[in-house]
Amino acid sequence: MNLRRDVFQAIADPTRRAILLLVASQSMTAGAIAANFDTARPTVSKHLQILTECALLQQEQNGREIYYHLNAKNMKDIADFIEPFRNMWDDRFNKLETVMKNYQAKK
Amino acid sequence: MERKTKIQAEEGQQDLTIIRTFDLPLELLFKAYTDPELLSQWMGTKVLKLDNKVHGAYQFETTDPQGNIVFRANGCIHEFVPEQRITRTFKMENTPFEVQLEFLEFEKVTDDTSKLSMHIVYRSIALRDQQLALPFAQGINMAHNRLQHILNPLK
Repeated sequence: MNLRRDVFQAIADPTRRAILLLVASQSMTAGAIAANFDTARPTVSKHLQILTECALLQQEQNGREIYYHLNAKNMKDIADFIEPFRNMWDDRFNKLETVMKNYQAKK
Repeated sequence: MERKTKIQAEEGQQDLTIIRTFDLPLELLFKAYTDPELLSQWMGTKVLKLDNKVHGAYQFETTDPQGNIVFRANGCIHEFVPEQRITRTFKMENTPFEVQLEFLEFEKVTDDTSKLSMHIVYRSIALRDQQLALPFAQGINMAHNRLQHILNPLK
């Protein structure tokens, strides 16, 4: 599938992965993102363009500034984002169940 | 292992619900949240404070082997009804994430099974989506580090 290849291309670069991590915690302008890297500003812009084309990032106009955030708008994407979140909680609750079963067995 | 945890997160909302059925009696499920020693075991974090009562508070902390703090969170307890309900705030310290409100509801299903529903309300839709996306972003990073690990010797 075309989209899949694009996403792999997008995350193939360490700078682009670092950008995804940055905007996962808060939406940021291109300038604020670029400030985190030694790379030249046009290079960062190119990375942002690729991430946006792959639909991993979404642009949002806020006054004169364009903010970038992780694309969690469309439902299909939300489902993709939710899976690791669900796995994290599932692992945590499996641990709870194991700990409490051991506790119960010892009583 | 079967994934027993369900997440309800509607698009464009600032809340989500985590629902899980446990192969444990209600009493034991609730104890997992109120006994500091047991809580510490399943959460994998140190419990610095756990004062489970109305107007009580809690604080968790995780350190790496060098003793650096890698995670610290705290919150206040607003409602505490044994084996029924805990309402509390949750704030991860030293992060841009704002405080969130959590409604934990504990329910008996059968004598040996119980259900937890955890309704979390965030300050904004964006904050909720960021929390949802965080394990995804970390997953990308980890998957790629593993890939690099495999590919590097081939260079």
